[in-house]
Amino acid sequence: MSIWHEFVQREGKVPEWPYPVNYGKVNEITSDILVVGGGLAGVRAAISAAQSGAKVVLADVGHAKRSGAGGAGVDHWHGACTNPCSKVTPEEYTKGCYDSMHGYMGAHVRYVITKESWDSLLECEKWGMRIRDVEDEFRGAEFRDEETKLLFAYDYDNKHILRVWGYNVKPVIYKEAMRLGVNIQNRICTTSLLTEGGKQGTRVVGATGVHTRTGEFYVFRAKATIVATGGAGRLFQFVPELTASASMSDMSSAGVGHAIGWKAGAELVLMEKTGPATLSGFGYAPYSMGNAGNTYHGVPIIDANGKEVPWVDAFNHEIKTIEERFRCGPGQKFQLGIGIGISNYLPEYQQNDPVRDLPERIGRGEFALPFYIDLTRMSEHERRVLWGLMVGNEGKTRIPIYDTFNKAGFDPDKDMLQAPVMTLESYLSSCFWAARAYTPLHYRAGGGSYLVDWDLKTSLEGLYAASGSTAYGGGCHGESHTTGRYAGRRAAEYAKSAPEPAADRAQIDAERTRVYSSVHQDKDGVGWKEVNHAIARIMQDYCGKYKNEMTLKLGLRLLRELRDTELVSAYASNPHELGRLLECSSLVDFGEAMLQASLVRKASNSILDFHRLDYPEMNSLEWNKLLPIRQVNGKVRVRELPLDYFLNAPYAPTYEENYRAHAGEMKAAGKEASK
Amino acid sequence: MSDKIYMIPNPPTPNKAVAFDPDVCIGCNCCVEVCPTDVLMPNPEKGAMPVVLYPEECWYCGGCVEECPTPGAITMIHPTSQRISVNWKRKSSGELFRLGMKNPPLPNNKPPSG
Repeated sequence: MSIWHEFVQREGKVPEWPYPVNYGKVNEITSDILVVGGGLAGVRAAISAAQSGAKVVLADVGHAKRSGAGGAGVDHWHGACTNPCSKVTPEEYTKGCYDSMHGYMGAHVRYVITKESWDSLLECEKWGMRIRDVEDEFRGAEFRDEETKLLFAYDYDNKHILRVWGYNVKPVIYKEAMRLGVNIQNRICTTSLLTEGGKQGTRVVGATGVHTRTGEFYVFRAKATIVATGGAGRLFQFVPELTASASMSDMSSAGVGHAIGWKAGAELVLMEKTGPATLSGFGYAPYSMGNAGNTYHGVPIIDANGKEVPWVDAFNHEIKTIEERFRCGPGQKFQLGIGIGISNYLPEYQQNDPVRDLPERIGRGEFALPFYIDLTRMSEHERRVLWGLMVGNEGKTRIPIYDTFNKAGFDPDKDMLQAPVMTLESYLSSCFWAARAYTPLHYRAGGGSYLVDWDLKTSLEGLYAASGSTAYGGGCHGESHTTGRYAGRRAAEYAKSAPEPAADRAQIDAERTRVYSSVHQDKDGVGWKEVNHAIARIMQDYCGKYKNEMTLKLGLRLLRELRDTELVSAYASNPHELGRLLECSSLVDFGEAMLQASLVRKASNSILDFHRLDYPEMNSLEWNKLLPIRQVNGKVRVRELPLDYFLNAPYAPTYEENYRAHAGEMKAAGKEASK
Repeated sequence: MSDKIYMIPNPPTPNKAVAFDPDVCIGCNCCVEVCPTDVLMPNPEKGAMPVVLYPEECWYCGGCVEECPTPGAITMIHPTSQRISVNWKRKSSGELFRLGMKNPPLPNNKPPSG
């Protein structure tokens, strides 16, 4: 009795928009630091900038208490190499990441993450998130350290990945930001960065935005701006009826942070990278199906007749026991853990898995579908830590999975959860709910981001980037905390001596005119969803797995066509639709940057999943480099950069030297937190 | 409830995303306030349960349920395609169950760790 249709049927009238609408009304807010995006990285950036004494404003398109890809919880924390039990050093971990990605990885950012990940987590503990087994529920478990009461995940030998009770992580850090007086502006769809003189490539002095409930216009002026937004989930795939609930990022994942930087003239890197659209389940909610990937790592998979699927180590040697699935195999110093998304490229760091020829074995009749997972075959500690700690605290599992399934009677002590029935190749990845069955046809953006230096500063003065999606070399949940925390204090340090922000009036006025065009037109235009579908169509077709010079140029042409026709004449009937439509505009900019980056890499590359039909030679050494792109007066400029630019002049030759020179004061705060 | 037949667009998919219990909901709009994607709108009638306006924008994070001060007022409802996909088998008896089935087994009341 609560959806709109029922309301209309009951009342016999359409409800009025519940918020006062004032399209065009200008709100001006000035601060030392502006944070764009209120997910994990944004809130952590705001906190650390405020701790450094800066006056901080944070603009979030949702509500910073719950929003963001990591806002719905976390069950494990990667790269905590400085925790007292870890046997992996930051140098080793960084090398593991860099080598796994064959150099296509901002390893300087990884190094920073690895140095400070544990300190970031200790702060979460201080603010109210549980990171230790203080109730001794898992006393004696082989993944527990009896002294510190820390629990480890995935690699019990090396103890650099922790299990945590993070279902409340977002409310916890939000509360700390509020306590420190961060001025949080919710429901702001950011539309542009403001630059000195209104020109591309100059100092960033703030941003503009539109309130998605009131329609009011916001002008933010700041000495330094931190972009801490997520990816662009809606760019390649827009099927909310199927995927909204099945995705790992919400509807606001529209690449706004990248788009505003691209328009402002910042350098973006690896925007040409794409990948199969895994982790968007096309119908299966994350963690809702029987599977053995990530959070469910190690659980026995059995077939319809009760026959168990064997496991193998990274070099395909059979593993005999469940316990060994959490241990390094011969030839491995440590495992990276699947959650950071780069662990499948080099066996030296890869996790143990169910047999990697499972699709063929099913096809030969060795196993009968459907598969189930049988948690009863695990030890009581392993079963409870999987269903109870991990499922129960990981993003989108406390209410959607743990509570919902338990209430429906699912009992991991008695029941076997079924895996999806899919095409055989979909069983190649043990994360079955991601349903690779459908993904060969569906591509996604692959993690292109701002080119950043050792301060997480972008190529533009006054503009910093944090989080897995926007800083080159970022990662997963904990990485967002740590990059945000680091960028916040570096930006605050910069702001101490930065000039007062001088925004360009003409730039503000032009942006204000642009953002309201869709609310003043007649209703002949199409709505935001139809525009979004069209953008996704262009990206799938012209920036999907296979590309050539001609298809890329056609894709660019079609994006511009769309911008000048359907997008410009689209209609928004309320501020919510206006926000979604403005996000579509950002999607077009993001897509344009991807197509432009794809044009300048005239070579195929397997790590980037980049297939140029007109340059089919794979991984030629000559093209083993970064090709950051930016716009200057609307024209695309590209330059070449070595993969390890962060260890070349003007930087020092080692990670540690650079870190010492740049990390700044919070190292002390980190030490204090460690006590 | 009016029996009049109106011209109304097709129901959205998913249809509900969350359901409110009008007897438990106090209409405080805490859920409306925090929803990351603004799926919910305050009811024009003060103190009444919110209106689910954009269910297809829900990504099922559960934040509304966690935020709710009166437990039981909000229930998350997975799309039917997902409920039909979530199946399990009782090991001892071979019985088959699914999320949303007609005669569900007894609930498992074990709280999560912590």
